[in-house]
Amino acid sequence: MLARLKRMVARLRAWFHASELDSDLDEELNSHLAMLTEDHIRAGMSPEQAQRAARLELGGLTQISEEHRAVRGVPFFDTLLQDLRYSFRTLRRDAGFTTFAILVVGLGIGASATVFSVVDALLIRPLPFSEPGRLVWIANDGQEGDLSGQTVTVGSHIDLRDQAHSFSDIAAYFAFYGDGDKKMTGAGEPERLTGVPVSQNLFPLLGIQPQLGRIFTAGECQGDLPVVILSGGFWRTRLASDPHIVGRTLTLNDRAVTVIGVMPSSFDFSSVFAPGSRIDLFVPLPLTAEVDREGNTLSMIGRLKPDVTLRQAQAEASLLSEPIRIRHNRGDLRFKLSPLEEHVRGRLRPALFVLACAVAVVMLIVCANLSNLQLARTASRRREMAIRIALGAGRGRLIRQLLTESVVLSCAAAVLGLLLAIVGTRVLAHLDALSLPLRESVHVDLGALAFTLLIAVLTGLIFGLLPAFQAPSAAIHDSLKDSNRGSSDGKHHAWVRSTLVVSEIAFACVLLVGAGLLIRSFLRVLDVNLGFRPEKAAAMRVDPSPRYNTRALRNAYFDEVLRLAKSVPGIEAAGLTDVLPLGHNRSWTAGAKDQVYSVAHPPPDEFVRIVSDGYLKSMGIALVAGRDLTPSDDASGKPVMLINETLAHILWPGRSAIGRTMQVDVDREVVGVVGDVRHLALEQGSGCEMYLPIRQTDDYALVDLVVRTSLPPAALAPAVRSALRHIDPNLPGNEFRTLQQLVDKSVSPRRFVVLLLGGFAAFALVLAALGIYGVVAYAVNQRTHEIGIRMALGASAQDLQARIVLQTLALAAVGMLVGVAASWLLTRALTGLLFGVTATDPVAFLGMLVILTSVAAVAGYLPARRASRIDPMMALRAN
Amino acid sequence: MAESKSDILQGTLDLMVLKTLDAMGPLHGYGIARRIEQISEETLLVNQGTIYLCLVRLVQKGWIRAEWGTSENNRKAKFYSISKSGRKQLIAETENWERVAGVIGRLLQLGTRR
Repeated sequence: MLARLKRMVARLRAWFHASELDSDLDEELNSHLAMLTEDHIRAGMSPEQAQRAARLELGGLTQISEEHRAVRGVPFFDTLLQDLRYSFRTLRRDAGFTTFAILVVGLGIGASATVFSVVDALLIRPLPFSEPGRLVWIANDGQEGDLSGQTVTVGSHIDLRDQAHSFSDIAAYFAFYGDGDKKMTGAGEPERLTGVPVSQNLFPLLGIQPQLGRIFTAGECQGDLPVVILSGGFWRTRLASDPHIVGRTLTLNDRAVTVIGVMPSSFDFSSVFAPGSRIDLFVPLPLTAEVDREGNTLSMIGRLKPDVTLRQAQAEASLLSEPIRIRHNRGDLRFKLSPLEEHVRGRLRPALFVLACAVAVVMLIVCANLSNLQLARTASRRREMAIRIALGAGRGRLIRQLLTESVVLSCAAAVLGLLLAIVGTRVLAHLDALSLPLRESVHVDLGALAFTLLIAVLTGLIFGLLPAFQAPSAAIHDSLKDSNRGSSDGKHHAWVRSTLVVSEIAFACVLLVGAGLLIRSFLRVLDVNLGFRPEKAAAMRVDPSPRYNTRALRNAYFDEVLRLAKSVPGIEAAGLTDVLPLGHNRSWTAGAKDQVYSVAHPPPDEFVRIVSDGYLKSMGIALVAGRDLTPSDDASGKPVMLINETLAHILWPGRSAIGRTMQVDVDREVVGVVGDVRHLALEQGSGCEMYLPIRQTDDYALVDLVVRTSLPPAALAPAVRSALRHIDPNLPGNEFRTLQQLVDKSVSPRRFVVLLLGGFAAFALVLAALGIYGVVAYAVNQRTHEIGIRMALGASAQDLQARIVLQTLALAAVGMLVGVAASWLLTRALTGLLFGVTATDPVAFLGMLVILTSVAAVAGYLPARRASRIDPMMALRAN
Repeated sequence: MAESKSDILQGTLDLMVLKTLDAMGPLHGYGIARRIEQISEETLLVNQGTIYLCLVRLVQKGWIRAEWGTSENNRKAKFYSISKSGRKQLIAETENWERVAGVIGRLLQLGTRR
């Protein structure tokens, strides 16, 4: 064992000192010769005879030193170096092919490496917390998208935390923090910041240390104390990484708060828990009775004890939920546990899986394409091969050399691919309009580098294998005969190349169908009736400042805001709301007064919107029956409300809802029925909705002004802002959003997948077209002679063209047949991503057939046209 | 390359070189080749150059050492001598050889009795 190791080291060293050792051996052999000759002379030979005999006995000097080199060094390296040198030379000579190959493979590898980096960051890399595998998301088992249904009260949280034994700790954050809740003034332009109230134990539970200062103390989390922890990103971008920030104060919502700490940049709360938004601050979450009265508001994260499984913890939590529910008199409480990992990433998995498969298919097409090109090249390099064989190169050596060439090619392409991946991931990480969790952490890391290298070598081997094994046998057939025409020699060859093209077409088929289905779904989603009209509408935060401390003062403020907004030229309607579509949602439970509810027949859950008069008009929500709210629906007026059609139908099926009474916060009369709004997501129905007048309640956390304009909304921002400056000089300027932006953000993940898959499909289509063109053009080239004869015998140009195009289409048809069958099976994996189309959507399949057929026809027509222009005399004379 | 012959006899050649160096002390390549030729009656070495392939292998394994020196008739030559681990190897190889030879011998005798 030791001897073998020693020898390995010695061989490596010998390889590096080859020339030194060569001369050493030379000298040794010379002295050997001399001694042998002397002995022969001593035995009575003449000097000439002795020398000759000595040479014979010793053996060929060149041969000995060659074998010596092989025994003492690493012959593998020698061959490799030779092959590399040779590859570089041939590739440089064939610059056109090399450029094309590097481009195609580079694009493929770039796409693969990018998708790998995305999948790695979004799915594989552990969450950036300590022992993330033991973290669980503890939700209430409510409706998806309804935050109230998935959160719990402070009381329930405390009870579970204190009673459950499965967890080493349970922390919470306030899920109803509003984007831009904290208005920062006194440091340049007023600005809206987003702060999340977190429980004292959240950071220790996640295992995150502040990079500056400290975290909240238990005392600070008792009441609403003026302390704040900054997110790393906010500290870096807004405060220029001020190292002395701890202890300083910021003015938030007109109140001085002290900065006590800064979290590390690596801890990106929003990218894990609130993708697509930005979190600037963390404030203490007081677990008090006051917050408890706000109802279901907390999202919980627990850390399992080391020996407890998720199933055990779930069993315990389920057991505890009923007593806790009764103790706090809640209508709904069922703890539902899932691994935090799953909560953050589960949704992404199907889409990313599809993308990964798609990119693998693209790589296969790239390989098939390159294989085909290499085959064509080796065909034209037969003479070179034959000469090398004649000079004594073994078949293995030739194969090795050709494989080296392929790998060199794909490694060069990998450099290009890596550059593309670096650019691609950087763009992606900074694409703020795309709401995907953990998106910011996408980058090319060591893993991606290793992956790229691996895929480069693999690609080179795969696309090089077939041509490499074809080449030497072809060379042996023809040896050095000067015949390059032969209509019979390429039979096998042509078959291999056709098979490659057929598989390319089949792969492209699958990608095109997949992309087609997703594009159709995307269009269907965009086509959905939202229930509101996002175009030409915009929203702006106008929270009343704390100094409007009575309802009357606030109502006067709202009147003024609406009056000023409407006075801006170009504004057609203005209204207020506490929640915009496609953002947070909260729900209450409320029933009709004229109905009896029981445990078996509970009152429905309704999404709550607190709105003003003019909101329906500015949003473009349809009023189906009754009337809109008016400014007189205020504190002094009768409590009223609007409901949506779904709720009206559930409460009073077949009867008019107008004039009926619902028990909400107080008894309210239904004065209008409005159309359903897709508030949760474009793909999701609206559920029950109710609208309460903002002048009759205080139960809202923030206020958005929605305006409808006849001008492009973005152009209006300065006018609206300056109009509102009259009542609030500190109005921040960073919160003017068009409703279209909200819609775009909501569909951004889907758009992302569609764009990528569409890109892959287009790339595949181009490659398939090139593959078809290559094969047909090559065949035409090979058959010049035959075509010449046919033309001489009277075949017309049209005949010939039709014949070649038909042959091409036959090839494409075989590919499409295989492709359709494969798509039929594979697109089922897409089902979860589809909307409004089935996995076997005939339009997508037919569309693919039309596109591929026409592409194949064009790819076949070009060489066909060239063939029909062959001059028969020239073709026949050429041989 | 007389691949088959040197393959079969490679281990044997190693053993012979080790034994020669052990018995006769430091020797140059020519001397070793001569010695082996004498003993094997020229059946082992196709040509004397082959000995150097064996020698470099043994040096790399650390079983023998090489050093430039001067021969008896004042010629510069590389001298090989057996190392400590080479001696150990020689003992092991010898035992192994004898055991195999014994087994083969008995086996062949079985054959002749039939």
